[in-house]
Amino acid sequence: MITRRRLLVLLPAAALAWEHVLAGTPESAPNYNRAEHWWGMLMDIGKCIGCGNCVRGCSAENNVPEGYFRTWVERYHVADWRQETPQVDSPNGGKNGFPPGTAVGGKNFFVPKLCNHCADSPCTQVCPVGATFDSPDGVVLIDEKYCLGCRYCIQACPYGCRFLHPTKHTAEKCTLCYHRITKGLTTACCENCPTGARQLVDLKNPADPIHEYMKTHSVQVLKPHLATGAKVFYHDLDGSVR
Amino acid sequence: MPVNGFMYPNEIELQWSVLIVIYPFVTGLVAGAFILASLERIFHVDAVKPTYRLALLTALSFLIVAPLPLQLHLGHPERSLEMYLTPHKSSAMAMFGFVYLWYLMVVILLEIWLDYRHEIVLLWQRSTGLKRLLYRVLTLGSSNISEGALRVDDRVGWVVTLIGIPSAFLLHGYVGFIFGSIKANPWWSTPLMPVVFLFSAMVSGIAIVMLLYMALMKIRRQPIDMRCVDTIAQYLLYTFILDFAMEMLDLIHRIYESDESFRSLDFMVHTKLYFSHIVLQIILGTMVPIAMLGFLQVVKVPERARRMAYAVAGCLTIIGIFAMRWNVVIGGQLFSKSFLGYTTYKVDLISREGVLIAAGLLILPFVILAVLMKILPPWHERETASAD
Repeated sequence: MITRRRLLVLLPAAALAWEHVLAGTPESAPNYNRAEHWWGMLMDIGKCIGCGNCVRGCSAENNVPEGYFRTWVERYHVADWRQETPQVDSPNGGKNGFPPGTAVGGKNFFVPKLCNHCADSPCTQVCPVGATFDSPDGVVLIDEKYCLGCRYCIQACPYGCRFLHPTKHTAEKCTLCYHRITKGLTTACCENCPTGARQLVDLKNPADPIHEYMKTHSVQVLKPHLATGAKVFYHDLDGSVR
Repeated sequence: MPVNGFMYPNEIELQWSVLIVIYPFVTGLVAGAFILASLERIFHVDAVKPTYRLALLTALSFLIVAPLPLQLHLGHPERSLEMYLTPHKSSAMAMFGFVYLWYLMVVILLEIWLDYRHEIVLLWQRSTGLKRLLYRVLTLGSSNISEGALRVDDRVGWVVTLIGIPSAFLLHGYVGFIFGSIKANPWWSTPLMPVVFLFSAMVSGIAIVMLLYMALMKIRRQPIDMRCVDTIAQYLLYTFILDFAMEMLDLIHRIYESDESFRSLDFMVHTKLYFSHIVLQIILGTMVPIAMLGFLQVVKVPERARRMAYAVAGCLTIIGIFAMRWNVVIGGQLFSKSFLGYTTYKVDLISREGVLIAAGLLILPFVILAVLMKILPPWHERETASAD
C-alpha cells in the first residue's frame, strides 16, 4: 500500500533514478582512477576458433543493432602462393559461427576485430564537435548526446569499426565495455571467449601479464603503416590480414 | 547481392550519399563564379564585364544552398550549430562553418552590396510600397551616393575582391582537404586533392556563368556579347587544361606507384566506376570540351556555330565536374578498406537523401538566382537600353 507519505519519499528517488537513466553515462566507479590505466586488447590468432561467442556476447551486452558490429570475426583462407589476395568471409560478422570452409590447401585462420582504441585515432581527429574523444585511460569513446551524425569519423576509421546507429542516428562503435572495465570487470567479448583468444590488457598496470607476453612473443597491430597507435595487439598475425 | 568479394561488415552501407556529392559540386560553382567575377575587378579583363554581376549573384545563390545538403544529411541536424559553438580544433570539417561564414558575409555579401549600393539607393528613392521598404532595408541606412562615397565603395569593393580571391581558393581548397586528408581512404588521400578540387571548381564556375549568360541573353532577347563569351571560353580552356593536367598527374602517379590499394582501385575504375569516371568524367566531361574549346581557338568559326559549341562544351563541362564529384565521394566508398571487395550504391528516389531532394537542391540555386536578379538586376539599365 503506497501511502501519501511513502509516495513523497519515492517520487524524488524515482526522479533521481530516471535522471540517471536518461543521462546514459556509465555508472561511476568510485575506486576507479582513470590516470592509472591504459587499456588495450591482446588477440591470439592461433587460439580463435571462430565460434562467434564474442560477437554474440558483445551484441547482447551493448544492444548492438542487428546487422551492425562492434566486434566481428573474419575467416581467412590464404593459398601459399597468393599471400596478397586472401579469401576472406565474415557471414553476419561471424555472429553465428562459420559454415564449413570449402577451400582446399593453404592455411585457414580466424581474425577477431574490434575498435583498435588508437592512441592517435583518426576518428577523434576528424570529429567536428569533439563528440568522439580519447578518455585518459586510452579508450576512444563517443558522446551520443553530442554526435551530429555527420559520419566523418566512419570515413576516417581505417579498420571499418564504426557505423551509424540506425535509430539513434549517431556514430557508434566498441567502447571496450567501458561500463564494465571501470568496475574491475573484463569486456563482454573477452568474458565470453571460450579459448582465451581475447584478453583485455592494461598497459599501465605493471602486474598485467601483457608485459611478459610482449617480451616473449611477436605481436603486431593492424595496418601499422597508418601509424594510428592501435592498441589491439595480435599474436601470430599473418601478413595477409588487412 | 550488393557486395562483391569481402567488405568489413560495417562497410556495406554507404555513409555519404548523393547529397555529399552535391556539396562540393555547389561550393565549386561558388568559388569558380567568384573567381570569374574577380577577373574583371582585379585583373581588369574588361571583356568579361557583362558577366561580373551575374557571376557574383550566381556565387551567392549557390552559396546559400551549399550548407543545405550537409544539413539534410546529418543524423542530428538540430545539433549542427554545435560546429560553431564548440568546434573541435583538429577537425577539418569543424572549420566549414567559419570558412562558409567568412566567405558569405565578408566576401560575397559585402562585395555585392558595395557594387549595388548606388542602384539600391536609386531604386529606393524611385519605388513605392513594399518595394520601397525592401530597398530601404537593403541600403542598410547608407544612402550617401555622392561621388566621393561611390569612390570609397569602389575602393573598398576592390579590397574585398582582393581578399575574396584567396578566400575562394580557401573555400574550395578546404573542401578538397576534407577528402584529401583521410589517410584511411587511398582513393581520397592525396595532397593533390585540394588542388584538383580548386581547379575543377574554377572550371565549373566559369562554365556555369558562361552558360547562364548565354541562356539569359537568349531569354531576354538580347544580343550575346561574343567578345565576352569568347574571353570566358578562353579562360575556361586554360583553367581546364590546368585542371586536367593535375588530374592526370594524380592518375599517372597512382598507376606508376601502384601501392597496396592500386589493384583494388584499378578494378573499381574499370568496373563500377567505368561509366562515371572514364566515359563521363574523363572523355565526355573533359577531353571533348577541351578539344572543342581548343579547336575554336585555332579555327575561325561563324558566331552562331561558336555559340552552339560553347553551349555544348559548357554543358559537358558541368556534367564532367559533377561526375568528378560523384567519383570522388561515391567512388571512395565503393571499395573495402581491406581492398578485398566492393559494395554498391543504390540511391533512393524519395527519401531524405534521395534523388528528388538532390534534384531540388540543384534547382534551388537557379530559383534563388531568379529572385535575386529581380531584386538586383545584374545589367545596368543603360546597357540594356543600348542593347535595345
